[in-house]
Amino acid sequence: MTYLPKPKFHHPDIETNELGFTHRDYEGPISTLCAGCGHDSISGAIIRACFELSIEPHRVAKLSGIGCSSKTPTYFLGQSHGFNTVHGRMPSVLTGANMANRDLLYLGVSGDGDSASIGFGQFAHAIRRGVNMVYIVENNGVYGLTKGQFSATSDKGSKSKKGVANRDTPIDLVAMALQLGATFVARSFSGDKGQLVPLIKAAIEHKGAAFIDCISPCVAFNNHEGSTKSFDYVRAHNAALNSLDFITGRAPITADYAPGSVEDVKLHDGTTIKLHKLAEDHDVRDKGAAISALHRIQARGEIATGLVYLDSDPDDLHANLNTIARPLNTLNDADIVPGVAALAKINAALR
Amino acid sequence: MPIQSINDFVVRFANVNGSGSASANQLFARSIIRMGVPVTPRNIFPSNIQGLPTWYEVRVSEAGNLGARGGTDLLVAMNPQTWQDDVAAIEPGGYIFYDSSRSIPKSQFRDDVTILGVPLTEICNKRYTDPRQRQLFKNIIYVGALAALLDIDIKVVEQLIGEQFKGKDKLIAPNLEALHMGRDYAVQNFECPIGLRVCHADNIGDRIFVEGNTAAALGAVYGGATVCAWYPITPSTSLAEAFMAYCQRLRVDKETGQNKFAIVQAEDELASIGMVVGAGWNGARAFTATSGPGISLMQEFLGLAYFAEIPAVVFDVQRGGPSTGIPTRTQQSDILSCAYASHGDTKHVLLFPEDPYEAFEFGAQAFDLADRLQTPIFVMLDLDIGSNHRLCAPFTWDDNRRLDRGKVMTAAELEAGKEFGRYLDVDGDGIPYRTYPGTHPRRGAYFTRGTTKDRYARYSEEGADYVDNMERLAKKFETAKSLVPGPVLKSASRKTDLGVIYFGSTAPAMHEAADMLAAKGVHLDLLRVRGFPFSSEVTDFIAEHERVFVVEQNKDAQLRTLLMVECGIDPAQLMPILHYDGNPITARFVTKAIGDAVNQIQERAIP
Repeated sequence: MTYLPKPKFHHPDIETNELGFTHRDYEGPISTLCAGCGHDSISGAIIRACFELSIEPHRVAKLSGIGCSSKTPTYFLGQSHGFNTVHGRMPSVLTGANMANRDLLYLGVSGDGDSASIGFGQFAHAIRRGVNMVYIVENNGVYGLTKGQFSATSDKGSKSKKGVANRDTPIDLVAMALQLGATFVARSFSGDKGQLVPLIKAAIEHKGAAFIDCISPCVAFNNHEGSTKSFDYVRAHNAALNSLDFITGRAPITADYAPGSVEDVKLHDGTTIKLHKLAEDHDVRDKGAAISALHRIQARGEIATGLVYLDSDPDDLHANLNTIARPLNTLNDADIVPGVAALAKINAALR
Repeated sequence: MPIQSINDFVVRFANVNGSGSASANQLFARSIIRMGVPVTPRNIFPSNIQGLPTWYEVRVSEAGNLGARGGTDLLVAMNPQTWQDDVAAIEPGGYIFYDSSRSIPKSQFRDDVTILGVPLTEICNKRYTDPRQRQLFKNIIYVGALAALLDIDIKVVEQLIGEQFKGKDKLIAPNLEALHMGRDYAVQNFECPIGLRVCHADNIGDRIFVEGNTAAALGAVYGGATVCAWYPITPSTSLAEAFMAYCQRLRVDKETGQNKFAIVQAEDELASIGMVVGAGWNGARAFTATSGPGISLMQEFLGLAYFAEIPAVVFDVQRGGPSTGIPTRTQQSDILSCAYASHGDTKHVLLFPEDPYEAFEFGAQAFDLADRLQTPIFVMLDLDIGSNHRLCAPFTWDDNRRLDRGKVMTAAELEAGKEFGRYLDVDGDGIPYRTYPGTHPRRGAYFTRGTTKDRYARYSEEGADYVDNMERLAKKFETAKSLVPGPVLKSASRKTDLGVIYFGSTAPAMHEAADMLAAKGVHLDLLRVRGFPFSSEVTDFIAEHERVFVVEQNKDAQLRTLLMVECGIDPAQLMPILHYDGNPITARFVTKAIGDAVNQIQERAIP
């Protein structure tokens, strides 16, 4: 496999954002994933979200672990620094990067093998520390790069391509993220861009640990009859809790909603999430109710998607550590080296 | 005949862990230092919080020998559990100080030692009713009694108590009272002083008394570390904790009260090094502190940092392995696991401080080296220098010194059109330029990965790209030879064919042993290695000597292996001198081991 840049030409009337960028400025080289892979749709949604929010691409740091999902950061945001780390350890690298410079936008991309198995611990601890990040798991319930083994999110009874049924209980990363204190928790489906793009936008603007579990069918190894992570299965069992628009105030989006309750969720920074409730009884600010909604919908054999939980005034790691506003990686000698006089005092106290 | 010695003896305190003896024992050691006599204390402690045996060995040496000597001249026997072994280890003519509140049968003593019984418990029970007070003051009472027996200046002890409880002044008077209760008992019941005595001297100079871990942590502060991620593990924990304490003192912004540092206690060593790698990638100086098992866990990340060329500093406070090994004892047994950490062809830079002074120096320098070389740097401490107080030269700094951030391309340079290739060797030293994430809107972004890439950081599985990259990394390692601290040569007083290579905490024992051997007619040139990769000074030294003893504190002769492999030395030329029982190497051991080896060589040489 080699590195394939995309051709630069584009339609003369292509849409531009506030920065004068087109969505092409948010792309990367051509994807090397299988044709039709759900992950490429998620990359597309990330590109769209960043474009619509007029994010400066170079102010994003994209980090991943190992696996198909973790390859994707190469294929979006070509002007951003990226880091393909080691298997299951993206959360710690992202945490360290965030400690070094609190001013960048941290996008962590992982998979179900990467985050629910080898990296389960790191997933948990990055979330419970409240690292300001967007953590997306591209969840296909299968090990793709090693050709079709079950992952820890495979549903009990779901069948592999070879016809073997999974016997282990699945890990529900959304329920885990809720329990661990993520302040933005969502689930979506790579086949539903209308739902996914606004969720990613809202997660980007969220100043805390934002987690999105995105079901993303594997066309090569987990898209067959009997799989609970296939396109057909997820479409047929998708129980959306809500649909939403994310409104920054800079670029208001108007949408026509069918009759139903529409709620404006005002965020701390003045932005608004316009939430179109589909499940009448779901309150995104009630964590206990969110957990029971997940269980209820799962018991019906359906998959709850949408914004599951939101704390509109979150804390983050830097608030907990009381770090200065300036990024630590900009501090110079005068800021951090105590000097000779302080050392003389220390020496004196050690005699 | 009882041992007679002024300012040159070993006192061994046998205590029960958790009995509060540590601060009393330290008071004892500091009192002697304040009298101008060099002292080296060593904690020999169990993996336990309360109840198991623990020892505190104090070597008093006016001559300034700071290594462990071996043997005990005066045993302070406060732990019945270890009585028999402790008594057996006393030198002939030595002394035993014990709590005589309960009678101990004569058979439990030795005929050739002087017995000094003080009814400590009885004295305590008479004076105090609170059980905790009884326990704590018992320790101060024995310090008072020992002060009288050893002729320690009581005013010095009183002054230290005053300093120790400054701010908690209510505690000063009761401690002084306990001190004098002990002293009075000894004066009234024994002929003071005994054969072992402390006399005022002037052999401390401006030296400081500090633990290596504390010194290394301060080095990290001066070296500009702003990110620390760590996981508790003996004996490295105190390093991270000292960094925290120094940062609270020296790195809090006065105006805002906010921290110019970020410290995270990670969930494990994998996450610790992951955070360090993330922070280093993003342009902050970052480190972790760990011990052998942590190094094992960090292997994968260390390989990534090596291959992706990310600055990182790892303080390895070595203990006994393999596996959990002897967690509270000292060794130098992580040399190979650090030098070649991770799978694939990796090699890492190691620094070997000999004492707290160098722990500070190298602790700071490691961050410059990490940025300059864009690679992990290991500071190889061990429990002996890390967790024990040691006399050393005062820390030094130069206010004109600047942090060397290495080759970092700036936004202005990128804007001006300077060519950027993340893995492009522009200067011929194997070290490429890097950019911090977020530097420039259109230039300088690159993708970091553990897989092969070309000179412009583009993914590639081409063999030629792989080889090109590996050869540049080898060149970079060559560059490192001239950047790491060079070896220190101590030549024998006369010409000799025999050399010794040693490193780290072995230094004081080795120096003392060399003097002892010289007195016996065995002359040795000494070379203290301070960094890996080895420079030509090391290979020249070996070439100049017929035989070179490599003295180290592990079983498999790890530094010797590194010398053989990396410098292509004939194994026959390097004779291993190995000490690995978990206790610090002693001058007596080295003297005997090298002495025996020299005898063997000479016997073989006689036809």
